[in-house]
Amino acid sequence: MLFIRHFERFSERAYRQGKAGGYLHVYIGMEALAVGWLTQIRQGYDYVITAYRDHAHALLLGSDPVACMAEIMGRRGGLSRGKGGSMHLYDIPKGFFGGWGIVGGHTPLGAGLAFASKYRGEDRVTLNFLGDGAANAGVFFESLNMAALYDVPCIFIIENNEFAMGTRLEYHAADTELHKRGYPFGMKHERLDGMDLLQVRQDAKRIIDWVRENQKPYLVEIMTYRFVGHGAADNDQTLYRTKDEVESARQRDPIALLMDYLTSNNLMTREKIEAIDAETEAEAERVYEEADASPHPDPSEVYDDVYSDMTPEVGH
Amino acid sequence: MSTIEMTYRDAVRQTMVEEMDANPDVFLMGEDIGRYRGTFRVTEGLYDKYGVEKNDFIVPGIARRVVDTPIVEPGIVGFAIGAAMVGLRPIVEMMTMSFSILALDQIINHAAKIHYMTAGQAKVPLVVRGPGGAANQLSAQHSHSMEGWYAHVPGLKVVAPATPACAKGLLRTAIRDDNPVIFTENPGLYGIKGDVPEDREFSIPFGKARIARQGTDLSLIAYSRMVHVCLAAAEQLAERGISAEVVDVRSLLPLDTETIFASVAKTHRAVVVYEDWKNGGYGAEIAARIAEECFDDLDAPVGRVGGLNVPMPYSRVLELECIPNADDVLAAVNKIA
Repeated sequence: MLFIRHFERFSERAYRQGKAGGYLHVYIGMEALAVGWLTQIRQGYDYVITAYRDHAHALLLGSDPVACMAEIMGRRGGLSRGKGGSMHLYDIPKGFFGGWGIVGGHTPLGAGLAFASKYRGEDRVTLNFLGDGAANAGVFFESLNMAALYDVPCIFIIENNEFAMGTRLEYHAADTELHKRGYPFGMKHERLDGMDLLQVRQDAKRIIDWVRENQKPYLVEIMTYRFVGHGAADNDQTLYRTKDEVESARQRDPIALLMDYLTSNNLMTREKIEAIDAETEAEAERVYEEADASPHPDPSEVYDDVYSDMTPEVGH
Repeated sequence: MSTIEMTYRDAVRQTMVEEMDANPDVFLMGEDIGRYRGTFRVTEGLYDKYGVEKNDFIVPGIARRVVDTPIVEPGIVGFAIGAAMVGLRPIVEMMTMSFSILALDQIINHAAKIHYMTAGQAKVPLVVRGPGGAANQLSAQHSHSMEGWYAHVPGLKVVAPATPACAKGLLRTAIRDDNPVIFTENPGLYGIKGDVPEDREFSIPFGKARIARQGTDLSLIAYSRMVHVCLAAAEQLAERGISAEVVDVRSLLPLDTETIFASVAKTHRAVVVYEDWKNGGYGAEIAARIAEECFDDLDAPVGRVGGLNVPMPYSRVLELECIPNADDVLAAVNKIA
């Protein structure tokens, strides 16, 4: 969790310093959610797909942090050699299928990944992450229906951080209990906490085990909160929330919650935690510097990988 | 090469069966393709063959390899993309290509870009096939020609075969291709017959046009059903002593400009014929390429015949007014001859 937090701070720095462009969405405040779930799957075997707030998922699945940061900076050393960017991180050999920019658009892909494992008689589970904003998309409902119709082992995980960009939950969803989206399709569904890592891990294990065993889809809505703007270009958060609200949410900062648990149970001293914090921050800085040393792509690479076997018509 | 006569519809079905038998990763998805046997009967018998006879179902009543779907084009294509990203080779039937408009986000914004955005980590061996263009009074929402929309998109391949043999050869190539392929049929072609090679490996590479009729005086350039319209026009021109060459483009993306340009270099006149709306259709792209590259060969401006720029009307009289026919081609030829 600490490394993700520091990595995200450095990715924000990359944006501020003009080393990253476009859109950049960080996971600060939501770390326990991805950590809790992605540590409970069979990494490299199970499939994971998410939307554009994707840095944490890649890091947790074992992607090289330097390649992640280099991709965010659009460099040749990036996971997609600078073709994807912050929103489009992929590490297929590690079971990470992105990294998608159209709200809700990737949800049928995730269900299709799960369909493929059922088609082949494998016992993989697919974690299909989406945001609360995507929970309103038509194609998401289509995906839920098809996943339930074919009984595919897919867990739809709504990361409910209470905002669809700058629009608060109650202004974008007619029913704010998004887990109920599973009900019309006969899908098991529940709302869970996403801030207390130990609880998140327990919930994740229980549900992943159930889906693997029963080969049916599941819908969970996980309550979380982003402490920072929607994207790096979100420069006026007063339009949709107050400082007090953010401060109050920070009382349940997932990292602070875990630190309190560790210290109050005498599992780790405050000094030790601070030392780890300093170490991970230094590591994130090293990642940043190393990524920044990666060269930009050569203009001649622009046509690479449009197709697997041919080049499009060349030239302007 | 020994051949057998069959319809376009049967050629499409037989190719799918051969590829499904040869490769367990190939499967079909679509609306009403299984128990209902397909709206145009292209998938007739496949639910029984792969579901019932093999007792192979993904859930009771839905065959694992001939997957009946809800009527949700974005969901269907998205599902297929996900399956394709891990190596399955789905063939999605669009009941009509007009409905693929609903799935444009999945096809254009997802399927076409995955190989690029992942820098080649993920391939999408997906075929989206189905009838495009007008049939018989299907009216405004069911008569679209979509191939030009898709041929605009880097990352897709687009083919539009005109004969049973081309359908067979190109569909096999499409199924074996590791990139997303749009395979446009035409409702008016399903019943036509032609000789088809029996060889189970017979295939036609993408990006190779076909000379459907040799000629010396002008080139008629078309794809899909319009090839037959051009052949009829060429027949009438022959009676007037004009030798028209008919180029069946068949593959829009990649486009075989070499064959097209060679024909124009020989005949010095060209008319491009397409069923899609004339304004901005793919024939305009072909005409532009000829104008750019063959200026010195041309004795006249490049002619174009396209569908009328109106939503397809229901009335048969008005519908026939919209779809290019041999007389429209002759009128265009008269302007440049």
